[in-house]
Amino acid sequence: MSDTDPIIELRGVTKTFGRQRVLDEIDLRVERGRNTVIVGRSGTGKSVLLKHIVGLLRPDRGAVYFAGQRIDTLGERALVPIRQQISFVFQLNALFDSMTVLENVAFPMTENQRGRLDHRKIRALAERCLEMVGLRGFERKRPAELSGGERKRVALARAIALDPPPRVILYDEPTAGLDPQRSDAINKLIRRLQEHVHVTGVIVTHDMKSAAEVGDRLLVLWNGRFIADGPPTEVLQARDEHVRRFVQGIAEPEDLRLINA
Amino acid sequence: MARSNALTAALAGFGAGTLATLANFGRFWLFSLHALSFVPVELVTVRGWRRLLPQCFHIGACSVPVIMLTGMFIGMVLIVQGYEQFDAAGLRDRLGAIVNISIAAELGPVLAGVMLAGRVGGALAAELGTMNVTEQLLALRSMGADPVRHLVVPRFLACLFLTPLLTAYADLLGALGAFGIFVGVYGGPPEPYWAFTREIVQLWDLGTGLIKALFFGAAIGLVSCYKGFHCRPGAEGVGQACTQSFVVSFILILMLDFFLNVVLNGLYSVWYGYRSLI
Repeated sequence: MSDTDPIIELRGVTKTFGRQRVLDEIDLRVERGRNTVIVGRSGTGKSVLLKHIVGLLRPDRGAVYFAGQRIDTLGERALVPIRQQISFVFQLNALFDSMTVLENVAFPMTENQRGRLDHRKIRALAERCLEMVGLRGFERKRPAELSGGERKRVALARAIALDPPPRVILYDEPTAGLDPQRSDAINKLIRRLQEHVHVTGVIVTHDMKSAAEVGDRLLVLWNGRFIADGPPTEVLQARDEHVRRFVQGIAEPEDLRLINA
Repeated sequence: MARSNALTAALAGFGAGTLATLANFGRFWLFSLHALSFVPVELVTVRGWRRLLPQCFHIGACSVPVIMLTGMFIGMVLIVQGYEQFDAAGLRDRLGAIVNISIAAELGPVLAGVMLAGRVGGALAAELGTMNVTEQLLALRSMGADPVRHLVVPRFLACLFLTPLLTAYADLLGALGAFGIFVGVYGGPPEPYWAFTREIVQLWDLGTGLIKALFFGAAIGLVSCYKGFHCRPGAEGVGQACTQSFVVSFILILMLDFFLNVVLNGLYSVWYGYRSLI
């Protein structure tokens, strides 16, 4: 496996829920050490695509590869070593309510690296991750006591709290619901992780500013297929009608017709 | 033609409903077997006990007051209901024994089980349902952890171990409550009350009540966790999971009670023969 080979690859992935085809023969190759941003309208299957990468969903057709290994056919136990290399920042943060902030951040290490890391080292690493996201002093708080932005940062701290760091971080709308300043801080953190820790990022977002800032590559998902793929500067200038309307935030004619009706 | 179409649609609806129920039943058993497969490991590891003990506190210790109140009032109301009848029949001294055997073998475990299905089962379904809809279960899986092992097994074991213990509390408070009303309100003699209780209520009665409670606890734990894990999205989905958890647990408690009574009474007859309570 060479450095130029993709770390994640989706081949002809199709996923249907009921009568709705959410992903339609998707092909995607994610390069190592780069941030790949996927944008698209709500309900077009962006989060579904992320969940395929970590084996939380299985495709109806097609194949998913991680570091050259096919993973969509693996069982839950066989997926554990793969999942230990991938972190997932969920849209709703998915922090464990019953645990403190420190326990949340330490959880991936206590779960997967016990034996190799002792309790003190796990604690020190968790504290360092909290420091990276600017949340030292929040260790004993519970998720319910935090603001939306703080919760997001705890989720990010949890995503990077592995030793060695994860090879891939999947971000599901990392700036959703945050004010512009907090969004900027999260964007800078995602960039810093990629540049300093060489983590491969796959970011799903609606936030075009964020997409341009953190992405090395930008894809636009439309009706289950990618309709644009390239560097953000190129995609933002694309002539395709759907892409142009999406990046400029202009409603589609059929949406307007519905409103007028 | 229209009539035959309506009949076909009705049959198709019935068939689809039956298939969905069977599929749900199958999923419940797979879920239960998956949880049971972790029980031995969780009982012999420190991490397993670390997960279990907080659940024992929430499910067991926090339920003690409500269970004690339930038990006490059952005992009290049975004396109120039965005193005049037994007194008129000249069987007043035996009332304590009848009440205590009813509590130990039947009412204690069933009513404690129903109370726990409401208090604990609802809470478990709501907690796990909320974790489900806020993607916390997915987060556990994405980190390589098994949500069933982490969340279901400790809750199931706490229900299994503590329902008999809580039933014993309900039995004790039921007997004391009954005694208090018998002596304090009706002025019944205390000595025959306990003497007949000692004579009639056997360890077997207490044991059958506790065995039933063990099954009720298992049912409450598994059903509530299953409903929480499989709830629909949104607040409505969590609410439905809580309601369904209570209703299914309640029905299961009644069904288990019936079948366990049949089996246990059969065993008693085989081993000890007939006994009269009067």
